[in-house]
Amino acid sequence: MAVKFGSPEWVQALQEQLNTSQAYADAAKNWEGDFYFIVDPEGALTAPIYLYMDLWHGKCRAAFVAPDKSAKAPAFVMSGTYSKWKKVVSAQLDPLQALMTNQLKLKGNMTMVMKNVKAAQEIVKACTRIETEFEM
Amino acid sequence: MWFFNSPQIVFGEGALTHLAQIRGARAYIIADPQMTTFGFVERVRAQLAEANIETRVFDQVEAEPSLATVRHGAALLREFEPDWIVGLGGGSPIDAAKAMWALYERPDLAPDGISPLEYLGLGKKARLITISTTSGTGAEVTWGIVLTDPNEKRKLGVGSRETLATLAIVDPQFVMQMPPRLTADTGLDALTHAIEGYAANWHNDFADGLCLKAVDLVFNFLPRAYANGDDAEAREKMHNAAAIAGLGFINSMCTLAHAMGHALGGAFHVPHGRCVSLFLPYTMEFAANAGNYRYADLARFIGLVAPDEARATRNLIAAVRDLETQLGSNTSIASLGIARADFAAALETLCDHAENDTQIVAAPRQPDRAELRRLFECAFAGQPVTF
Repeated sequence: MAVKFGSPEWVQALQEQLNTSQAYADAAKNWEGDFYFIVDPEGALTAPIYLYMDLWHGKCRAAFVAPDKSAKAPAFVMSGTYSKWKKVVSAQLDPLQALMTNQLKLKGNMTMVMKNVKAAQEIVKACTRIETEFEM
Repeated sequence: MWFFNSPQIVFGEGALTHLAQIRGARAYIIADPQMTTFGFVERVRAQLAEANIETRVFDQVEAEPSLATVRHGAALLREFEPDWIVGLGGGSPIDAAKAMWALYERPDLAPDGISPLEYLGLGKKARLITISTTSGTGAEVTWGIVLTDPNEKRKLGVGSRETLATLAIVDPQFVMQMPPRLTADTGLDALTHAIEGYAANWHNDFADGLCLKAVDLVFNFLPRAYANGDDAEAREKMHNAAAIAGLGFINSMCTLAHAMGHALGGAFHVPHGRCVSLFLPYTMEFAANAGNYRYADLARFIGLVAPDEARATRNLIAAVRDLETQLGSNTSIASLGIARADFAAALETLCDHAENDTQIVAAPRQPDRAELRRLFECAFAGQPVTF
């Protein structure tokens, strides 16, 4: 059954996908750092959505929709509009290209990100395996 | 949405004299010891002196520049406060100059934190001039930087669109004396840039033509430059080809041969061009086995006639192998003198580093871990890729 992008069910589905992916476990085995994936307001979306994911050595230890930005202080924050995330999640836009062209923005330790590009790719692959319903 | 970035390029015989026309007060020349030995540093200083620019020289960049060298060079720049930084040499001094420039302007940055993902604000203190003395890396026209972390025995691909030279000098006078082995290694590096830049998932209309032209130049002129170093036309064409290929790939992307080559080079200290070109035909086969026939365009452009794309692609792979053989280049890891036991001991690390190399992201076919391991195994033994 399709789940709505940005919903608690969607982020739970992503957590399950990551925790059952050997490819992600291998690629992210050295990764330490939690994330906010922020969906910025656009069109009918009038308030940001804060998706929190605690990524630790190839596993996702926690994943939920945070009520507001202050709920957590993650090491990394990646943000973009709904339409940009839609393209990334549906594999129409390479996440690294999106970051390099400022369509997505990233704050955090860039050294660590640049050494773990495969993990980022596996996260996107996991997203594409979720049957996702987009509202716009 | 994408970008096309290029320095102003002054090319051809006598291009170096353009330096006498630039305006500034102080220039720091970043080079390796050979640049001084060959008299190249003095040629550059003489032109800058005509422009009344005071110069200092740091000529201790090692092959595969380390993070420590970059930090040291940046400290020297901060003492002298140049308004021009001149990277003179092959890829190593030029890449080191780019990284030193970034740290000179942004002392808060770590060398391995120079990233294309954020605005660095470079260009407030100095600008960069690059002068290539080999015909391969294309470093003079690219913003990419390859550094080495000796602790991790790993090459790091960093860089930002801001670490691009303002001016690139592509003057064939610097490559007339290159020995044949260096001519082959660097020329095959240029070929790998052009082929990978064309085949990458990030290929685009602006970069495609550059890659096509560079492949054509390399196939036509690298054998001549290798066979007869005094062939001035071949030298100049190869020098241009390297810069054109550099522009092609930096505005698209390199792919799997570079990811695997960086991993091997970091672990076993094999020259960059030899590493990446060694993996090129294997990775082309791997992509072609899944129906990626974009290589067929390149084959047709250089006149390899075939009835369909699949055979055109196979023809190009064969032509690459033939060229490597003709140039006496290594076509397997074993032929580099790396023992089976040493390779086996390093294999998992090689896979770790290759799959997290930035160059892998745009590969036309992404290997999983098991496939990557098999690709390394094929390249070790010199066996064709059948999967």
